[in-house]
Amino acid sequence: MGTQNFLWNVAKKYFTFGIIGLTISDRYASILPVRGSSMSPTFNPHGGSLTDDYVLVEKLCLEKYKFSVGDVVVFRSPSDYKEKHIKRITALPGDWIRTPYSNDILTIPEGHCWVVGDNSASSLDSRSFGPIPLGLVQGRATHIVWPPQRMGKVDRKIELEGLGF
Amino acid sequence: GTREGVECRIWTSCGYMGKWKILAKAAIERTAIVAKFICLYHITDSYLFSPTIVSGPSMLPTLNMTGDVILAEYVSHRLGKVGPGDVVLVRSPENPRKTISKRIVGMEGDTVTYIVDPNFSLRSRTILVPKGHVWIQGDNMYASKDSRHYGPIPYGLILGKVFCRVIISFVWPPDGFGALG
Repeated sequence: MGTQNFLWNVAKKYFTFGIIGLTISDRYASILPVRGSSMSPTFNPHGGSLTDDYVLVEKLCLEKYKFSVGDVVVFRSPSDYKEKHIKRITALPGDWIRTPYSNDILTIPEGHCWVVGDNSASSLDSRSFGPIPLGLVQGRATHIVWPPQRMGKVDRKIELEGLGF
Repeated sequence: GTREGVECRIWTSCGYMGKWKILAKAAIERTAIVAKFICLYHITDSYLFSPTIVSGPSMLPTLNMTGDVILAEYVSHRLGKVGPGDVVLVRSPENPRKTISKRIVGMEGDTVTYIVDPNFSLRSRTILVPKGHVWIQGDNMYASKDSRHYGPIPYGLILGKVFCRVIISFVWPPDGFGALG
């Protein structure tokens, strides 16, 4: 009888912390690991090293969906809603970019953005699947929190790659 | 009451520092209850179900133009269990701050034939819905901006599935408040 009560109390505590954690993670910020080297050298500069970088992803930007060119965002993949990717926004609605491998000029439609990985050689991004709706964005990566030697703010590097190839 | 009586006794026996400890404990308990309520509300509103008001002509005759209260659930789409025929809430691909309600006509891999603009002609087109996307259309195809305009939308934009409409009926005295007779 005593152990049943004890286990029930432990379960309640876990449940409470889980609910609070999930709410904070959804509405304010969460910490996510970065897999792969598509954002090298910003994240995971040493490719397949033993430790992945962990980043702080803030969700307050999802209130107004007001992003800037250079923001690193986490978004659901347009070809598989269960997957999440992390890339840098290089163009916003109304911007003109030059598509790679052809000389077409593309205007980013309203409500969409163009995302590119910092390591353009090995990155599956808007150059393959086109502009993505901003509604797929799940948060903005602001800081690296692990490993300790790489802790710090994520720079809003604005590269004019879109305009001059 | 008796609870206050017990607290008063502990108060005097623990001395000055004890008083603050008890106050702090009570404050933390109260804050925890409020925090738990906020979190439960968030969980229900994002992962279970919630009522929403939808309005606009694009889903006539299914939904009213002037506004309907509907109940949407947020379980099915997370499990991949929404399909053709379902009315879903979706984040607009043209404005992520806007939520729209449309019906799913085709899933990934489906071939959809649609009338491009029934206000002009009966010209139709056929497309294949790409992987990870869905084709949505409003029931009122004469006044609906949907996949026929902005193309198939990624499944990830789906927010929930509409499962019923709430009908509220009440007696309104047409000549103001007071007697109904």
